[in-house]
Amino acid sequence: MGEPILQLENICKIYNQGEPSEVAVLREINLSFYKGEFVAIMGPSGSGKSTLLNIIGLLDRPTTGRLFIHGQDTQSLDDHALTQLRGHSIGFVFQYHYLISAFTALENVMMPLLADQGFPDAAMKARARFLLAQVGLEKWMDQLATKMSGGQQQRVSLARALAMNPDILLADEPTGNLDTQSADAVFALMRRINQQNGTCFIIVTHNHDLAALCDRIITVVDGQIQTGAPVSRT
Amino acid sequence: MKYGLPFEWIVAVRFLYEGRLQTLFIIGGIAIGVGVIVFMSAMLAGLEANFLKRVLTTQPHIQVVAMDQVARPLRDPRQQTEDAIIQKPTQRVVSIDQWQSILQQLRAQPDIVTVSPTVAGSAFAIRGEASRSVTLTGIEPQTYFQIVKIPDYLVAGEARLASDMVMIGFELANDLGAKVGDKINVSSASGGRQVLTVSALLDFGNKGANQRSAFVTLRSAQSLLGMIGGVTTLDVTVQDIYAAEIIAQHIASANQVVADSWIKTNAQFFTAVQAQKSTNTLIRLFVGLSVAFGIAAVLVVSVIQRSKEVGILRAMGTTRGQIMRVFLLQGGLLGFAGSVGGALLGAIALYYWHALARQADGSELFPLILEQQLFVYTAVLATLTGLLAATAPAVRAAKLDPVVAIRG
Repeated sequence: MGEPILQLENICKIYNQGEPSEVAVLREINLSFYKGEFVAIMGPSGSGKSTLLNIIGLLDRPTTGRLFIHGQDTQSLDDHALTQLRGHSIGFVFQYHYLISAFTALENVMMPLLADQGFPDAAMKARARFLLAQVGLEKWMDQLATKMSGGQQQRVSLARALAMNPDILLADEPTGNLDTQSADAVFALMRRINQQNGTCFIIVTHNHDLAALCDRIITVVDGQIQTGAPVSRT
Repeated sequence: MKYGLPFEWIVAVRFLYEGRLQTLFIIGGIAIGVGVIVFMSAMLAGLEANFLKRVLTTQPHIQVVAMDQVARPLRDPRQQTEDAIIQKPTQRVVSIDQWQSILQQLRAQPDIVTVSPTVAGSAFAIRGEASRSVTLTGIEPQTYFQIVKIPDYLVAGEARLASDMVMIGFELANDLGAKVGDKINVSSASGGRQVLTVSALLDFGNKGANQRSAFVTLRSAQSLLGMIGGVTTLDVTVQDIYAAEIIAQHIASANQVVADSWIKTNAQFFTAVQAQKSTNTLIRLFVGLSVAFGIAAVLVVSVIQRSKEVGILRAMGTTRGQIMRVFLLQGGLLGFAGSVGGALLGAIALYYWHALARQADGSELFPLILEQQLFVYTAVLATLTGLLAATAPAVRAAKLDPVVAIRG
C-alpha cells in the first residue's frame, strides 16, 4: 500500500467551544487514505460527514488533532499556504456542482489552472479540452455552464476538479441531485478516472448501492468512526 | 477567454458582463454623476474666467497710490493740543514719494508680473465750441497695455501713443465731434495746455468710461497736470490673482504708500467667486459620494449573489488576494466606464447649454472651455472612487469562509 497520501490523527472539531451551545461534531478521528483508493464515507444526516470532508479538503481547520498531506503537517500552514496546497493537491465535486455561471464549460475547467498560473495559455486550454473529452463533453465545451443538464454540469465539475491533476478528489454527495441514470453514469466515470489516473476518491454518499461499489466504506456516527465497520483494508 | 488578460481581469469583466443590466444601470448612474461634475466644472470655470477677464483686464490687480494727506494737530511745547477741531485737508493730486525706487523694488519681486507707472488727473477736452471734463491718464503704453488690454477695446485708429497723441472713449469723441486724426485741445486746472491728435477711439463697454477717458503718454500727462517727474499710481499685476491682497499688504507695509488689491476694491465680486467655488466643490463632493455609495451598493449585492461562486473559487485554490482584486477591479472598471460616459454626457450638455444660454446682448454667457485635463482628472477620480467604493465589498468577499459560502 505504501505511505498514506492523507492522514488524520486524533481530529476533533468542536463548535462554540466553551459556550453553553458547545457541540462536538467530530471526535478522535484517525484515518489514512492511500493513492488509488476509492472510499465512501457514509452516515446519517448531522453525523459530521461533511465537516470531516471540509477538514480533509483544508476548507476548515480541526479544533485539535493533526492532518498530514504527503507527510506534511498542515497545522502550521497559514491561509495562503493552505490555499496553495488545496489548489495543487485536492479537487472538489459538490452536490450542487456550482459551476461559475458567467463562463463556458471549457472556461470553468480552465479556472483552477488560471487561478494558479495567472494568465491563460494554449496548454491550459488543451488540458481543459482533454478533460472535457474524458468526461464525454467534447461537443459541449463552448456551452455556458448554466445551459447544461444537471448530469452534464456535474461532469464539467468533475473535469474541473481534475484540472490540477490532484492526488485527492473529494466529492460531497456528487450524485445526490441527479436522476438514477445520470448518477450511475457520473459514478462510473469517477471510478474509471480513479482506475486510469490513480486519483484517491473520497466520496460522501447516502446511496448504499453506490457505496457498495467502493473499495471501502467509512461510517461516521455521532462524530466518530463506527467500530465494526471496515474502516481500513489493511 | 482572451490570452494576455490576467485571471482577475477575466473574472471581473465576466462578472460585470453577466450582470449586464445591473452593470448598465450603475454605469448610467455614475455617468450622470460624472456628467454633472464635468458640466458644472467646465461651466463654472468658463463663467469665472469670463468674470475675471472682465474685471481684471480693465483694472490692475493692485494699485499703489500715495498716502492720504492728514492734518497734523497743532501742539504746544508741552505736547498738548491747542486746537480742538481738526479739519480733514483737501486731497491734492500728489506724486508717490520715491516712486522710482518702489518701482524697481516691485519689478524685482518674483510674484509680480508687471508694474506700470501712471499719472491721473482731471482735465478739459476742448474742440471748437465743445468742452468736456475728462479723466486724463498718462501711461507707458508698453507696460500699461499688459495690464489693461487697451488694444482689445479699440473701435477706430491704432492703439499707439506719441507725445502729441491722445486715445479717447468713443462717446467723448462723439460729444466733441472728433474722429481719428482730428486735433483736440486738452487743458488742466493747473494751467497745462496741449493740442493733441486723436490716435484711437475706445469702447470699454461702459458709458461713463467712454465719455470721460483720455489716455496720453506719461510725460504729456506729467506736464499737463503740473507734476513733472511724478506719478500718482503704480499699477501692478501679479502671478496669482488670489494672492493679490497679501502682496498688497506687503507692499503697503514695506513703503509709505497705500496699496489696494482687486480683492479689496471688488469685495462683493470676490465673495461671489469664492461662494461659487465652494458651492462647486460641495456639489462635486456630494455627487462623488453618491457615486461611491452606488458602486458600493451594487458590489455588496454582487458579493452576496456570488458568494457560492466565491466559495468554489476559494476551494479550487484562488487566494483571498485574487478574490479581493476581482471585486476591486469591478469597482474601478465601473468608475472608469461611468466616467467615459459621463464625460460624453457633460460635453454634450455643455455644447447644448452654451448654444442656448445667452446674455441680454446676445453674446455668450460663458466661454466654452473643454480642457483635456478636466476629462483626464475626472476619469482618474471616478476610477479611484470606484476602487475606494469597492474596498468594503472586496474585503467582505475575500473574507468569505468557503465552507459557509458553499453551504449558503
